[in-house]
Amino acid sequence: MQKEAAVALQEPKGFKEKFRDLWGNKKFQDRFWFWIFLMPVMIPFLLMVITPFFMGIYYSFTNWTGGLFETQWVGLENYRALASDFRFVYSFFRTIIYAVLNVIFINIVAFSLALLVTRKLKLQNIYRAGFFIPNLIGGLIIGYLWQFIFVVVLGTAGIGLFASSPINNQNAMMALVAVVTWQYAGYIMMIYIAALQNVPEDLIEASQIDGANAFQRLRHITLPLIAQAFTVAMFLTLVTAFKQFDTVFSLTGGGPSTELPGWIREIMGIEISRTVQSTRLIAVNIYNWGFARGNMAAAQAQAVAFFLMLSVISLGQVYFNKKREVEL
Amino acid sequence: MTAIHSIGNRFKAIGSYFKNLPKRLQLWFKALKKDPKDTLIKFFKKNGTELFAFVLLLLFLFPFYIVFINTSKPNILITDTPLALPESWGTMFTNMQTIFDDTRMRYFSSLFNSLIITSFSLVLIGVSSGMAAWVLVRTKTRLSMTLFLFIISGLVIPFQVVMLPLVSLLETLRSFTGFGWRDTHHAVIIAYMGFGAPLSVFLFHGFIKSIPMDIEEAAIIDGCSRPQVFFKIILPILKPIFVTLLVLNGMWIWNDFLLPLLIIGRGGSTQTLPLAVANLAGAYVRQWNLLLTALVLSAIPIIILFIFAQKHIIKGMTSGAVK
Repeated sequence: MQKEAAVALQEPKGFKEKFRDLWGNKKFQDRFWFWIFLMPVMIPFLLMVITPFFMGIYYSFTNWTGGLFETQWVGLENYRALASDFRFVYSFFRTIIYAVLNVIFINIVAFSLALLVTRKLKLQNIYRAGFFIPNLIGGLIIGYLWQFIFVVVLGTAGIGLFASSPINNQNAMMALVAVVTWQYAGYIMMIYIAALQNVPEDLIEASQIDGANAFQRLRHITLPLIAQAFTVAMFLTLVTAFKQFDTVFSLTGGGPSTELPGWIREIMGIEISRTVQSTRLIAVNIYNWGFARGNMAAAQAQAVAFFLMLSVISLGQVYFNKKREVEL
Repeated sequence: MTAIHSIGNRFKAIGSYFKNLPKRLQLWFKALKKDPKDTLIKFFKKNGTELFAFVLLLLFLFPFYIVFINTSKPNILITDTPLALPESWGTMFTNMQTIFDDTRMRYFSSLFNSLIITSFSLVLIGVSSGMAAWVLVRTKTRLSMTLFLFIISGLVIPFQVVMLPLVSLLETLRSFTGFGWRDTHHAVIIAYMGFGAPLSVFLFHGFIKSIPMDIEEAAIIDGCSRPQVFFKIILPILKPIFVTLLVLNGMWIWNDFLLPLLIIGRGGSTQTLPLAVANLAGAYVRQWNLLLTALVLSAIPIIILFIFAQKHIIKGMTSGAVK
């Protein structure tokens, strides 16, 4: 008996037995399942998002050319070069214009549509679904579709509404805004519809009795009550405008070429005339510099700047809009 | 089933509307003859908004109509008379056949790739995010809160910031693992799992917080193991939010262009439908008949899906955004 016990003590426990001992402990079980259940999310997230994110920040301080290891630290050189690159400055400026136009147009159109289809109409559901349809189709396909409309149908060959197709002259940005508004308004409309349906009927009736006209009702009752929907809609439209890639890619390809505006030349001290691409937004620029021009480090610095810009703008906007909301 | 029912009811409603139309029109024209001004004013007062909305909708959807009629024309007629009706609708099938045979588009292979990538990503994102959100809600430690915030922080990372290093990373992964990553299904699916995780975990997290603990405790007392509790009890409760996520992630992944453009590339063997269209457009910019047919053929699967699951899609997309 004693001998057997001594042997058992001397023999080291195998992994299986150790695990079984630990398994008896409830805390260990909790921790075990916690990590097992997290793995399917954490592995792809760390591998595909976090790792390249930090790699990207690191590369933006190096002279990276696309490989993985052979890089040299250059400090803020890429960012300094970026700030003095007129193409980046122009692209930045165009992105801001595009985003502002986009937010204004989409929200106006979407809100008007929402007001229209929340009235008592016979084919109400068909209108809602119909205005929503362009949103189902990807931006790439929408871009080619409208390229056809602009170039062939509205352009020279068709009804000749324009002397030259709007996507080939200085109106390209407006054409892009129109297309994205057409595509995205139906989606934002749905958000407004959901909000409008939550406005209590009795408040509207009370104001009617008090003699408020339609505009006053909209201004003083409906709008404050759906402020949260505005926050959501403006946030969505702003962020998608900044990230816009596929529609630009297929509609204009970033073009057409145009002259660098005089005021940017003045600010940057450029004396000769320069050519820039009028719809090459930052999101498109990053892709273009990285792959078409092979300028990886500069493109990555631009991407990091883009990320910072996007975070600041969206956080600021949410903060600004949250202040105006009315609690029901 | 409910979707089909609601479509049936809608058709019935439209049917009865048109059935009574001649009678009502007759009455209306009689009144118009009697007192034209008054009848017209009454008509516009009553139906003005309806008429306006209807015309607006027709204008709104006009581009689709134009594209559709032009898929039945040879290229020359499209550029000459884009607004005219086609001479023979049969040309549509010739154009479609050309697209099916096109080696740049590879329609069926691209459709299959899109289906594989979208469906696997959707199921994997849904289940993995649900699992993670569940343990993150039920473990009340500082670590789990930190991990939750860490995953949520992925929401502010735009794809453009990670895309250039991601391509190098995938090249490196090939030498580490010994099998390919670029232009493969698994790389795209894993990438979608990573990029889909923040929003999905966030939505699941909010939902799971409202599920009472009692059910789980009872199940554990009855001898259920942790995975059993999740897959047999929690997952079925998550169904509504799961559907929302299917819609949100599905629309995103099916239509996404930039991520597959980087990981797969135009003309890659696992190219998805958007890549196929871009690949075709890069080759035949002037052959509108083929490009338009390709556009219609790529848009059709999702339009069909929308007709059957309209309610779920609209609800999913809006409720996901509002949260």
